[in-house]
Amino acid sequence: MLPLISLAQAQYPDGAEVIRKVDENMTARTVQSEEQMIVHGRRSSRTMTTRSYARGHDESYTEYLSPPREEGTKMLKLDDRLWLYSPSTDRTIQISGHMLRQSVMGSDMSYEDVMEDRELLDIYTAKVVGEDTIDGRKTWVVELTAKVDDATYHSRKTWVDQQRYVPLREELFAKSGQLLKRVTLSDIKKIGSRWFPTKMNYKDVLKDGQGTDFIFTTVEFDVEIPDFIFTKASLKK
Amino acid sequence: MKLSFRLAYRNLMGAGLRTWLNVGVLSFAFVVIIFYRGLIDGWNQQARRDSIAWEYGHGHLLDAGYDPADPFSVQDGHGILPRNQQQHLSPILLRQATVYPQGRMVPVVLKGIDVNQNTLELPTRMLSGSTADIPAMVGTRMAKSLQLKQGDELLLRWRDKNGTFDAANITIAAIFDTDVAAVDNGQIWIPIEKLWAMTGLQGHATFFVASAGYQPHEIAGWNFKSQKEMLQSLDNIIQSKNIGGSIMYLLLLAIALLAIFDTQVLSIFRRQREIGTYISLGMTRWQVVGLFTTEGTMYSFLATIVGCIYGIPLFIFMANTGIAMPEATQDMGVSVAGTIYPVYGAGLIISTIVLVVISSTIVSFLPARKIARMDPVNALKGKLQ
Repeated sequence: MLPLISLAQAQYPDGAEVIRKVDENMTARTVQSEEQMIVHGRRSSRTMTTRSYARGHDESYTEYLSPPREEGTKMLKLDDRLWLYSPSTDRTIQISGHMLRQSVMGSDMSYEDVMEDRELLDIYTAKVVGEDTIDGRKTWVVELTAKVDDATYHSRKTWVDQQRYVPLREELFAKSGQLLKRVTLSDIKKIGSRWFPTKMNYKDVLKDGQGTDFIFTTVEFDVEIPDFIFTKASLKK
Repeated sequence: MKLSFRLAYRNLMGAGLRTWLNVGVLSFAFVVIIFYRGLIDGWNQQARRDSIAWEYGHGHLLDAGYDPADPFSVQDGHGILPRNQQQHLSPILLRQATVYPQGRMVPVVLKGIDVNQNTLELPTRMLSGSTADIPAMVGTRMAKSLQLKQGDELLLRWRDKNGTFDAANITIAAIFDTDVAAVDNGQIWIPIEKLWAMTGLQGHATFFVASAGYQPHEIAGWNFKSQKEMLQSLDNIIQSKNIGGSIMYLLLLAIALLAIFDTQVLSIFRRQREIGTYISLGMTRWQVVGLFTTEGTMYSFLATIVGCIYGIPLFIFMANTGIAMPEATQDMGVSVAGTIYPVYGAGLIISTIVLVVISSTIVSFLPARKIARMDPVNALKGKLQ
């Protein structure tokens, strides 16, 4: 029996290689985009639109465009520091320590989720454990297990499109193996030379509700972004 | 003096209904003052007793990084105290966590406590008796807000010392009933050994609760907060309640004193011939002033007697049955029992009697001073002065 399992696993590609190909699709030198974040509540949903700029894993800048209550709120991430500018108080505060574990604008994502800037392969060891079909597309099921002590999620399971190397579903687990969050990625579009999911649904599976949708309305890769965007001065502009 | 009392008494009795109206109003103020101050004293004693028994013990030894007023300090405000320093101390470790009752996400403070402790009244023995993997206990308020009953399982999510998420079911092994909301609202208690294993923070504590034999001394990295310091905030709240309440009952007392004042003014106006007669019979003006002042003061003595007649049975009844407090007040941070039993000490009653007697003497004396300036001949003729 054991040789048969080994034989089947030998037909699967190397997990690290699959994740590397996914990273080639999902990350770029720079990204400029506009997004909609729809937070589904118990009774109603809230939609926020944002404009974002990102350079590598370490630098990102997000400005809220709507609704009026959030308009002008800006978020700047430089390395492991995160600042939030609120136009109503005209103050910039640094989000640190326990505040990083708070939800972003009432969504299913925490600031810490936004802050994670390490490459997946720096935190996890990847192994392809099987195949599956999602919405008619064949996927590799990749299991990621933390190899460092300070990973937020001890393990992850990612379903990667076998042809496009785009994740279609991701599940995040606690140390005990309890499923905590599920991310569903859809509306895959060809942007330049890469395939990219333009809709993501983040769902805290332990609570009721439909989670939070994150929809890219426009996205451009490897465009020139002025340096001043990634400075604290840009928050008050 | 004896003559003054006899004359004052006969004059008061002669005034009939007017006297009894004044006495009635003053006795009501007297009873209300004693009742309110007794209620505050009863609350004070109950809150202090319960806070010490359930929360404060004989003081807390807190990690220097932990500030009870700052929830963000829970994350890093913990440390290890050497075993030889832990005599008469019981460790409590705080971690932030989330529970998911009925599909809701509720943030909670997870508190690890030594199951063998007996410094606080928390029924921690019930945790040691449970066979559940993670036994937990909550207060009645928490059980109500999460809709929990004994034996229920609940999914708990927490982070270990490195920040990695973990999740497991906890079992409600006990639900305790306490007047101290500060150990109930938003909190889940589990054995500290379990919490150490769950988080990897072996031997850590956020603070220690001191028992009777603890002798405070300097320990680097830890700050001792005495029972007295912790009770200070409770004293401040009760003090402010006392001041707020005193405005109400002083207003009531002022109305009663105003009635005495008016009666005195009217008496002096209408009894000028009587005043003239007293002086012509040999009394000095100040002796007459004393007579009228005694009359006014006697209202307070009569009010005390009347107040005792209907107040004592009322106070005895209240002290036995207590006064039910609205449920909402018990969820406040300060300790408020479901029923408060007023406490009427001798000091409270004597000080209230003194307050009423002195204030009624003053308001009786003020209009009576006019007598000292009266011309006795005109007074005898009944001429207006």
